Amino acid sequence: MRKKRIRLNNETPFDIINVVFMLLLMLLILYPLWYVLIISFNEGRDAARGGIYFWPRMFSTANYLAVFKNGKILQGFFISGSRAIIGTFAAVSFTGMVGYALGHSHLMGRRFYMTLGIITMFFSGGLIPYYMLIRNLGLRNTFWVYIIPAMFNFYNMLIMMTFFRSLPKEMSESAQIDGAGYIGIFFRIVLPLSMPIIATMALFNGVYHWNDYFVAVLYIDSEKLLPIQTILFKIVAESSAANMLTQINLPDVVAQRQITSESVKMATMVITTAPIVMVYPFLQKYFVKGIMIGSIKG
Amino acid sequence: MSPRKKTFFARLMEQWPLQVIALMGAAWLIIFSYVPLPGIYIAFSNYKVTEGVFAGAFVGLKHFSEFLTDKNLPNVLINTLAISGLNLSIGFVVPIIFALLLNELKNLRYKRMVQTISYLPHFLSWVVLGGFLISWTSEYGLINQILFQLKLIKTPTYLLSDENYFWGVALFSHLWKETGWNAILFIAAIAGVNPELYESATLDGANRFQKARYITVPGIAPTIAILFILQSAYILSSNFDQIYVLRNTLNANRSTVLDIYTYRIGIQLGRFSYSTAVGLTKSVVSLILLLITNKVSERATGSTFLR
Repeated sequence: MRKKRIRLNNETPFDIINVVFMLLLMLLILYPLWYVLIISFNEGRDAARGGIYFWPRMFSTANYLAVFKNGKILQGFFISGSRAIIGTFAAVSFTGMVGYALGHSHLMGRRFYMTLGIITMFFSGGLIPYYMLIRNLGLRNTFWVYIIPAMFNFYNMLIMMTFFRSLPKEMSESAQIDGAGYIGIFFRIVLPLSMPIIATMALFNGVYHWNDYFVAVLYIDSEKLLPIQTILFKIVAESSAANMLTQINLPDVVAQRQITSESVKMATMVITTAPIVMVYPFLQKYFVKGIMIGSIKG
Repeated sequence: MSPRKKTFFARLMEQWPLQVIALMGAAWLIIFSYVPLPGIYIAFSNYKVTEGVFAGAFVGLKHFSEFLTDKNLPNVLINTLAISGLNLSIGFVVPIIFALLLNELKNLRYKRMVQTISYLPHFLSWVVLGGFLISWTSEYGLINQILFQLKLIKTPTYLLSDENYFWGVALFSHLWKETGWNAILFIAAIAGVNPELYESATLDGANRFQKARYITVPGIAPTIAILFILQSAYILSSNFDQIYVLRNTLNANRSTVLDIYTYRIGIQLGRFSYSTAVGLTKSVVSLILLLITNKVSERATGSTFLR
């Protein structure tokens, strides 16, 4: 009885305040994004007048049509998409394979390999020598500058190695007795059991590749190879918003006056963000686990 | 036949697939992490782009002393320490408070929903968020409109055009983007606290605030300590993408942090030797900080992150 009374007197008001507080917090996160979404679905010139808060005033898909008709932006999405898929596959498979190899305690030279990697976590040549390396390797102005330098990450390798080592050894051992080699064991036994860490790493690498704009700022001059984030960055940071329409060559639509550079920018940003926002909730249970493994190791 | 009795060559033959993979990893590391290392030499010489890395005349510590007497240094250092300091204090405490409050939510589905939504901004790129922030903070943007409607301001100001607001915008955008994400480790630590402690506290008549204060907080204290120590080693580093996207000529006085300065004088102004000297100084100080904080962590929590 006494417990019940305490709940009613002390805890319920706090619970209500807490629930409402969290509601406000969600609003603080979601409303600015909702605002961007409704602006992107509103007629451009009308939106510039302001005063749109909850719903588009003059609903229009012209901004999105303008984006999808624009060759430069579509090319940017194509580059970003190819980069995310190929880059993620290359990074997760290569880093994962190395993690599997270094996870074997009886690997000859294991201490050497580990030391070689740990040193790189503390020393680097800095931006300029690295820039010269990329140039000397002939990676400048090629698609592979996105993929190859991001194929391996020692810290991620440690996380994956820790996960592989935590798997029960019995299955690998019995497969070995049945005559399976290291590669066979990796693909048939280790990989199927490692989906949580594979999914986490795929998400982290995928988000990195999809969101990065800076590699192209440094190493790419050719417009055809620019990912969407770099195109957006140039629009956002390097030119005033008024310039956007000329930047992406849209004079025909501007003539019709249905869109403004601001509203097209918003539409492009919504499309850029949508893929990740739609994927991450499904991977949530994996990446929470992945982060914890990283923190135990790190 | 134990493995010890096998010859070196037999062991190597037995594990050759593993060796091939490990060597590929080592080759990648040597090319992308070790080959650039000697390039540090340009910090001690007068490097010219037209010549080789080792062709420049050796000038010793000239660039370093130039950096230490650089008239921009005090301002750059203040900006760096101020933004890092805000992230390390307010930016560090808010996720802990969020995790503690989230833990008190009783409806598990609601809790899960709040958590999922709190991660969302983490997945936005700084380019996109920068674009949004320029729009939200503009004169007729969301923030000014709301403040104006609430009669909190009389005239709207574009926040990013006034250098006095820059640190605030940097802190709040960081909080908005990363609070939920940074709370993950604290939430996990709270879940790891022994439930028997709560049960016996309930029997002793403790209320929820007392339980949070005397069980949860001490329970996650090691996590808090190690994360704080680890982060404080990076006080000279800034979130380059964030600052680079939000900075402009009007707020440059408050937004030029060390990483931005190094990049600007190096890549944009072409002073490669000087830029490398600045970067090297920062790396050396950061490494010393990391070694110190590792020792502190060893004393305080008995665990280290270096081995």
